Amino acid sequence: MPTRRLSIVLAEDSLLLREGLASILDRAGHEVRDSVGDGDTLLAVVRKEPPDLVITDVRMPPGHSDEGLRAAAAIRAEFPTIGIVVLSQYVADAYLSSLLESTTGGIGYLLKDRVGHVAEFLESLDRVASGGTVVDPEVVRQLLSRRRNDGPLAALTPRELEVLGLMAEGRVNGAIAQQLVVSEAAVRKHVGNIFAKLQLDDGLDRRVSAVLTYLRG
Amino acid sequence: MTGWQALASPRFLVSSWPWRAYLYLFTSVPVGLVTICVLIGLAATSAVLSPIVIGILLLPVFPLTGVVIGRAERWRAGLMLLDGIKSPHAVTPVSLTLREKLKFRRREQASMRELGYGFLLGLLVWPFSAAVAGISATALGITLVSPILADTEEVGMGPWTLDTVGEGLLFAVTFGPVFYVVSSYLVGVLAAAEASLAKAMLGPRQEELQRNVAELRRSRLDLVDAFETERARIERHLHDGVQQRLVGLTMTLGLAELDLPEGEGRRLVVKAHSEAEAALADLREAVRGIHPRVLIDLGLEAAIREVADRSPLPTSVSVTLDSRLPPPIEAAAYFVASEALSNVAKHAQARTCQVWGRREGDMLVLSVTDDGVGGATVGAGSGLTGLVTRLDALGGTLVVDSPPGGPTRLRMECPCRLGD
Repeated sequence: MPTRRLSIVLAEDSLLLREGLASILDRAGHEVRDSVGDGDTLLAVVRKEPPDLVITDVRMPPGHSDEGLRAAAAIRAEFPTIGIVVLSQYVADAYLSSLLESTTGGIGYLLKDRVGHVAEFLESLDRVASGGTVVDPEVVRQLLSRRRNDGPLAALTPRELEVLGLMAEGRVNGAIAQQLVVSEAAVRKHVGNIFAKLQLDDGLDRRVSAVLTYLRG
Repeated sequence: MTGWQALASPRFLVSSWPWRAYLYLFTSVPVGLVTICVLIGLAATSAVLSPIVIGILLLPVFPLTGVVIGRAERWRAGLMLLDGIKSPHAVTPVSLTLREKLKFRRREQASMRELGYGFLLGLLVWPFSAAVAGISATALGITLVSPILADTEEVGMGPWTLDTVGEGLLFAVTFGPVFYVVSSYLVGVLAAAEASLAKAMLGPRQEELQRNVAELRRSRLDLVDAFETERARIERHLHDGVQQRLVGLTMTLGLAELDLPEGEGRRLVVKAHSEAEAALADLREAVRGIHPRVLIDLGLEAAIREVADRSPLPTSVSVTLDSRLPPPIEAAAYFVASEALSNVAKHAQARTCQVWGRREGDMLVLSVTDDGVGGATVGAGSGLTGLVTRLDALGGTLVVDSPPGGPTRLRMECPCRLGD
């Protein structure tokens, strides 16, 4: 269960999902301060009293295109400390670029299906609220498949590719070790190899965006 | 077959054509009379009523009379032109009200031509037809019955006087065939000429034919457009309805999992959860095949990239377009790329594949190239056949160059604007 009680603003135009999300967050002990149905109201509510975290749908009225993303960008510009989780009905890594531009953390991009895996979802919220980056595994899979025939990525061993994927999802070494059932030292070794092979800087605070930027080419 | 062709045929005299010609000429009499009466009546009425605005209001009726005359006369001309005469009028859109349709017809040039033909028919054509056909029919008739006439009284025939049955018979046998031949050709030529006149004035002009072709393309385009709108509606319905409910279901099941103790009940809920997720994944796949959301939101480039990412084959994408294209064109290009990539993965035994797309002038050019075994065709049960039809309606083309042994190169070209 959560490490701290977060105050959250929820933006989702489907009443059904809004209530589902609210009840999940409620049960986890978070405070759902406001739930709204469109991007403009979201901005207004956040400006009135900034929450710890904003969870927003990509598509909302009136245009049903990318209102949520635009609201997220506006919030990020005005309140860099508010964590933002963007939920999407389907994944498109093209959306990712607009989210990751000019930001180093405190951002999450998840498929709506993930919400059903309640424990994982809540953990993702905590990570984003504390400045981490969370990217849906599906998006990472797409990114990896795009670059797989490129030179440097082809040089990675299958295990290193797995580690790279988990890194891109925003997981820390401990979580990766747990997931792959290996020691944290082994993960550190893999990470070192990956960064050497891809010629990336391993600054721990920026590594997610470094990896994602690399993958997006 | 036309009257002229019939006249040129050696079998003209023993065919039905002379009689058709007579019928055509004689039927012009009632039609011509009615036409001229109506036209003069109308003209007189509007002249009389012109001091009180109604008369002027009647003027628009003239071209509409032309439409009716044209219709009747095209039908009658079927006697001499077996293929008939095509209507020169444009098809009026179904959505127009009756009033708008009449206005539309009234303003057509063809209606005025038909009115002109009406005057010609009423003033010149029918009297002339009646005279020629009447005289030749009478001459022929009298010649044939001359034996009977000569039996009762003396009949003067030019230089001869027939006063017995024998003489009458001799005259009929000698001159009957001659008269038949002469009058048949005379009447045939006149009828054929009149039918040609009708065709020239009541048929479609070159530009009207071209307009019909344009209309046909327009309506095909409308169909493609309607198809596209319908797909978007279905996609939206699935996306906003069914998909949301399934997501809601996975949330509820996720919550239930938290509450349930280890055991059979929990195992079943976990199973239900993963089944709901599978349904969601299937639905997402189906929606992608109907009308991909990425295409609507982000355009062709991003959508093709997505398809390429899902392809089991390493696929490089280089699609650069400076602006969005009309939805039917984007959709056609997207489905061409998607279908081509799935064909490559299924049949080509290729190692790599490239998708390339640019705007070249007013054309969108998209090519999909692989290094596989070749031998691909557009037909042969590939999903591309339907896409060719779709492209055709947009004025586009799809060419597959695939020699045995490869490589296969598929090239799509499509105008970037609708209705050109």
